[in-house]
Amino acid sequence: MSKTHFSEESVGFSPTLAMEEAARCLLCHDAPCSKACPAMTDPAKFIRSIRFKNTKGAARTIRINNPLGGICARVCPTEKYCQLGCSRSGIDRPIEIAKLQRFATDVESCLGMEFQERKENNGRRVAIIGSGPAGLTAAAMLAREGTAVDLYERKPKLGGYLRYGIPSYRLSEDVLDKEISHILKLGVNPIVNNEVKSIKELEGKYDAVIVAIGYSAGKMLPLFEGNKRAMTAVDFLAKAKRKGYHVKDNVLVIGGGDVAMDAATTSKKLGAKQVTVIAYETNEEFRASRDELALTREMKASIYDGFVPTKVLRGGMVIFEHRYVPTSIKIKADQIILAVGQEIDHGSLELEKGKAEFIHQKGSKVYYAGDIAPLDKTVVYAVRKGKDVANEVLKDLEVKR
Amino acid sequence: MKDLSITFMGVKFPNPFCLSSSPVGNCYDMCAKAYESGWGGVVFKTIGPAHYLIDEVSPRFDALAKEGEPFVGFKNMEQIAEHSLEENLADLRKLKKNYPDKVLIASIMGSNEKDWEELARLVTEAGADMIELNFSCPQMTSHAMGSDVGSNPELCKKYCEAVRRSTKLPFMAKMTPNVTDMCVPALASLEGGADGISAINTIKSIINLDLNQKVGLPIIDGKSSISGYSGKAVKPVALRFIAQMANNPKMKGVQISGIGGIETWEDAAEFILLGARNLQVTTAIMQYGYRIVEDLCEGLSFYMEEQGVDSLEELVGLANKNIIPAEELNRDYIVYPEIDNDKCVGCGRCVISCYDGAHQAMEWNEETRRPNCNHDKCVGCLLCGLVCPVHAINLGERKLKKGRKPLDFKKVKVQKSFDKIS
Repeated sequence: MSKTHFSEESVGFSPTLAMEEAARCLLCHDAPCSKACPAMTDPAKFIRSIRFKNTKGAARTIRINNPLGGICARVCPTEKYCQLGCSRSGIDRPIEIAKLQRFATDVESCLGMEFQERKENNGRRVAIIGSGPAGLTAAAMLAREGTAVDLYERKPKLGGYLRYGIPSYRLSEDVLDKEISHILKLGVNPIVNNEVKSIKELEGKYDAVIVAIGYSAGKMLPLFEGNKRAMTAVDFLAKAKRKGYHVKDNVLVIGGGDVAMDAATTSKKLGAKQVTVIAYETNEEFRASRDELALTREMKASIYDGFVPTKVLRGGMVIFEHRYVPTSIKIKADQIILAVGQEIDHGSLELEKGKAEFIHQKGSKVYYAGDIAPLDKTVVYAVRKGKDVANEVLKDLEVKR
Repeated sequence: MKDLSITFMGVKFPNPFCLSSSPVGNCYDMCAKAYESGWGGVVFKTIGPAHYLIDEVSPRFDALAKEGEPFVGFKNMEQIAEHSLEENLADLRKLKKNYPDKVLIASIMGSNEKDWEELARLVTEAGADMIELNFSCPQMTSHAMGSDVGSNPELCKKYCEAVRRSTKLPFMAKMTPNVTDMCVPALASLEGGADGISAINTIKSIINLDLNQKVGLPIIDGKSSISGYSGKAVKPVALRFIAQMANNPKMKGVQISGIGGIETWEDAAEFILLGARNLQVTTAIMQYGYRIVEDLCEGLSFYMEEQGVDSLEELVGLANKNIIPAEELNRDYIVYPEIDNDKCVGCGRCVISCYDGAHQAMEWNEETRRPNCNHDKCVGCLLCGLVCPVHAINLGERKLKKGRKPLDFKKVKVQKSFDKIS
């Protein structure tokens, strides 16, 4: 167990272990892993490269297909995507694809390699609002084609949820900074501490505007509105990243997704004595990824499934009722963290309701990507949507490729 | 446990497994430990003449790896015993005294007839049960010694005659595989008075290169040399030479000690079935230690049980009649692959190999992710069966080629499967 919650938890493969793992791969004819990766990272190809001692080539494949390849290698719930259909499961267990991806991107990082290149300027100017995984990916894909990209971020640093949400023990600042630096080297212009007030205004200055502001606000249940002990997981995880943040002794986390698990493990790592996770979903429906759930258990948090909070009493007492079994839990906590979903944090940005249901509407200069666009709200899907939106923009702006 | 004893060149071995002359039998303590571990005999590391000084390089080994598997093959630059002649002879005496029931084989190497005569006499006096003449070390620093001798039949014969003159002990000549036809030096050695042949010594090799320094491995002050290659990877080469000698009418009944990549009892059984009645091991010991003899013996014993034999003798050379010239093989039929869809995991490797390495017969159903063999295109090479990672492809329907005389397929023997582990 790492000593602080600021350093990464897991250790990557050594070259020998990576080779052994790559040798386990059956090198499929029509590899299900490559079909299943939302970001189209092409694991079948990069695993084959590792197997044939071409680790640099593996890293190149990853980076070209996925500008956030080193990040996905750490945070992607691969058991739900690429590993799900792995043919090796027919023998024993799927290939550890994320760890192989991390191995290759770690080699890339150690050797300081840059695989992405910027083509000649294409004369187009694009603004991207939000520097989370979707915004970063779109920025990379556009910049590679020679587009002038201004990347607007209201926070002081780029990264969005990658920086202010995902705990450092899963994704260190160091790795994040390196991944972002690859993108900045393509000539992307970061404009931080700058909250965009008007999309319209940007439409006038740019050929296209990509809105990738994410679901950056945590949802609060009405039951806990105004409760001094309660905060959203998003707020908690952001605060926990600041040195010197103190967590209370007895923490209650409400939620059963990856964010809830992050909140629980982070609480433990910060020194909480008792952490109780109460999830709406039953174990059958659980949403958290295998690794996140495993780590939460390893950190000795208590997890109860299938309960809904029904009443909050004075002094931090919360009553939960089970959804299917007539039973209830009464639990008192010093700190209550709600991980019950996220939504758009409009801030001062006006966003027409319903617009983001499509990536783009014909004739408009405005495009949408990331969590606010359709499909899953995961990092790997944000990458996918960043790629998709960039393709859409390049097509609409008639950029020759 | 079956009785694994077997007589080789007139000497009874408790089991056929011996250390070969190499780093694994370099001194008394090593050989004593090997005997204690259960090895039937020891070929003490080759003893050279007093005038030949051994001066080794550092490092001196390298290994060939495949995927995560190290030691697929092994390269060795070490020469013969580096201890003084007196020390070596003292070790031989002590070994014979303390392990009288185990077989002690002295390996010797001279640079001229006088050396050979002298060394043979000395090791005989020291108590060796038999002698091996090392005609085959490929990394000697003198061209009058080692594999340069073994590839020269006249020298083989001359040195055998020299040894014969000075000892009554049985002796074998150890062959180098760095020749086209091993029967030539082997016959010359037998003519010179050798009682048996041991084969193979290591294959001349360059195993790996350092791509930055642009030099072979291991690197010794920026340089490297060609030297002996051994281990599992050389087994097929060794088996071929042994079968050729055993099948040579002029060498009928030749006493053979088999060497080359023996790691498991299965390897051992293969050498025996092709005519070896004694077996020598080094590389597997260097990697895994003397303890491997336990599984060699036990495994071989179980095999004898399965085969219903009580003596290893009964197995010697049984496979030789089935190694025939390519022109005599039955070419009248083909065997189609049979795919077990329950075992198939849908990787499609058979499809890739069939298309890119064979005859484009294996078709792929993208919906079900399962292969299907198109008999119109299949030639029955069965590459598919070899690449299948789960052994889901076996030998299936047999078909007579057009215009051939009918065959009774019940009598046509083919292998059971491609599974090497079951």
